[in-house]
Amino acid sequence: MANMAQAVRMALHYGETHLDVVDIFGQDVGPPLGGVFTATQGLKTTWNTPLDERGIIGMAMGIALAGERCVAEIQFCDYIFNTIDLLKIAGNTCWVSNGNYSMPMVVMTPAGAGIHGSVYHSHSFDAWATRLAGWKVVMPSNPLDAYGLMLSAIADPNPVLYLKPKALLRVRGEDLIPGEPQDEKQLKSMIDAPLGDRRRWKPQWPELEDYRVPLGQAKITRSGEALTLVSYGRTLPICNKVADELLKEKGVAIEVIDLRSLIPYDWASVLSSARKTKRVIFVNEDTEVTNFGEHLAYRCTQELFYELLARPRVVAGKNLPGIGLHPHLEENSVPQIKDIRQAVLDTLAEVP
Amino acid sequence: MIKSQSSSRSKGGKRPSRGLSSRGTKKLPLPKDLLLQIHRLMVKSRALEDRLIKIYKAGESYFWIGGPGEEAFGVPLGLLVHKGQGPQYDWLHLHYRATPTLVAMGMPMIDSVRLMMNRATDVSTGGRNFSNHYCYPQWNVAPVSSPIEVQYSMALGTARVQQRHGTKGVSIVTGGDAGTAEGDFASCLVWASRPGQELPLLITVQNNGWGISTDYDSQHGEKHIADRGKAFGIKSLVMNGNDPVESYLKLKESLDYIRKTGKPVLLEALVSRLYGHSSASGANMEKGQVCCVQSFEEKLKKWGLLKDKEALAIRTEYETEAKMAQEQARQEPAPTPESVWDHVYAHNENGDWRNY
Ligand SMILES: Cc1ncc(C[n+]2csc(CCOP(=O)(O)OP(=O)(O)O)c2C)c(N)n1
Repeated sequence: MANMAQAVRMALHYGETHLDVVDIFGQDVGPPLGGVFTATQGLKTTWNTPLDERGIIGMAMGIALAGERCVAEIQFCDYIFNTIDLLKIAGNTCWVSNGNYSMPMVVMTPAGAGIHGSVYHSHSFDAWATRLAGWKVVMPSNPLDAYGLMLSAIADPNPVLYLKPKALLRVRGEDLIPGEPQDEKQLKSMIDAPLGDRRRWKPQWPELEDYRVPLGQAKITRSGEALTLVSYGRTLPICNKVADELLKEKGVAIEVIDLRSLIPYDWASVLSSARKTKRVIFVNEDTEVTNFGEHLAYRCTQELFYELLARPRVVAGKNLPGIGLHPHLEENSVPQIKDIRQAVLDTLAEVP
Repeated sequence: MIKSQSSSRSKGGKRPSRGLSSRGTKKLPLPKDLLLQIHRLMVKSRALEDRLIKIYKAGESYFWIGGPGEEAFGVPLGLLVHKGQGPQYDWLHLHYRATPTLVAMGMPMIDSVRLMMNRATDVSTGGRNFSNHYCYPQWNVAPVSSPIEVQYSMALGTARVQQRHGTKGVSIVTGGDAGTAEGDFASCLVWASRPGQELPLLITVQNNGWGISTDYDSQHGEKHIADRGKAFGIKSLVMNGNDPVESYLKLKESLDYIRKTGKPVLLEALVSRLYGHSSASGANMEKGQVCCVQSFEEKLKKWGLLKDKEALAIRTEYETEAKMAQEQARQEPAPTPESVWDHVYAHNENGDWRNY
């Protein structure tokens, strides 16, 4: 199976060949490196930009204004912060121009902790991103969704922020991407650049198919009746693991929802699950104060207050100025499996 | 007088020369003791960085980035700094390749090793940040931070304070070539050169010809980065940063000029990147570049100032010191989980909303 970096690469190839993508750019995105996580190796329309994030976002906005399709990368979301006014403009252009101009562009950026990235390679951006009205925001948790969300993001006529959970980029999926060869070694030999001199290397792309994950559509990854865990990105597989453990150990069935799309989000799925289980926890790794999970928890209290058996909770990163490098620090800053498990047990034990 | 060096780089063409310029052997370009001191410190810095890389490769640290290849620039800079705390002293706004400068200023090796190994005893970051992210308030060394180029705008502020206090202190800023594409670099040039309000800034760029994998020639329309200073009337020069003698002389001339006139200088030093960008690309020696330690050593030998045996003894002395530092740091405590809440605010005021 492809890993997520390969899935993104294949989706971008599909975008170049079928969805009119004419520019894929960012720092070290083009040859020889093909991206710091290899997600842009071997593509036809990639190029390297100056080390200037504002230039990257401005360039994407200009291409979008001119009506063409591009995918821009910010090397780490930790370095997106100096572009925030441009992101605001990208988000408000359609509205402020009364519909005269839309901004069809994709900005992708690796986000989150989990690779011992220290203070500036561990930030999250999901909570910040959801405050940029006018943007759509997605975050896959597995390669197949990564592929399907990228195709939808490229095809969407709005600015879409595509958050890549950096700790999952090298993790293999459980499902084949339509068109992907069965054998992962074969895939590797076809599309991974060789080590060393790669100037004459050319990828051999598989015959990929049009597979889309619609923006705004969640997926139930574990079904259950006892409690609902809602997550996305890096914390999603951890939630799955908690559900699997509790089922095995205690026979408790936890439902896990992979939101996949933060804006717009699939409220119908969250609502029906929470109505069924009557206990719900929102899990992500951005900092906890004014966290996106808080919005969802708030909405649960508004719409399900008298039906719930426990307070909705948010398990998120501590409200710290950064994530320290030593594992003692990182593990006490962003949710760990034990924290999620504990929140589940506490919520299950709660009596109204 | 400071003037721009004309040679070095032809745009779109061959790489600039980062070799040692040949000088006469009769008259030493700097006093003998100073030459030998520079050499010792360059070897010390290299031995320390080599140890940091070994620590990374042994799995005792997660990431390495540092300054091998920048010793011939960094050591003279460290020796020329007016070191101390407060506006009468120089301020240093460094980036993640500044080990040579701090070694020359007197940083003990163990400090760098503790930072590399994320010990609680790491005085710069308390185990929080990557290697080479130094911070020394007693020497006006501002915290090195990973976001590229932010130091170029912050340096404006310390320079303004130095100017307001009428001191001879200079704010010194370092960074790479690719980073000059960020707006902070432009801010630095614009703000440093306002007519009648010029700032005492030594704006330096260590041009190693690379971003991470992106080469200089594909991203720069200007021939030299230093050329950009000319448009603002800033004294600007390009120098061979692989030659510690040239570095020492040009840095001294620049600092003297700034202390005298209160006006900025933009200095571009052409340097090597000996072990690639960072541990992300393996941290292995990349061939085909000038190694400034080696070439300076050859020069000293030619001048009759150093013998093979002495060079080896110096190297061994510092390798041993670095190894012992690693062994010591290994025994020292890790930061505690609770320490994440330390220093969110000044004077350790509570930063956890649970305790509001
Ligand atoms: C604002 C920002 N964007 C991107 C990065 C990722 N990054 C780290 S080092 C680097 C290349 C820096 O090149 P240069 O400025 O020439 O300095 P060098 O490392 O070559 O000394 C990049 C892109 C970063 N640290 N900060």
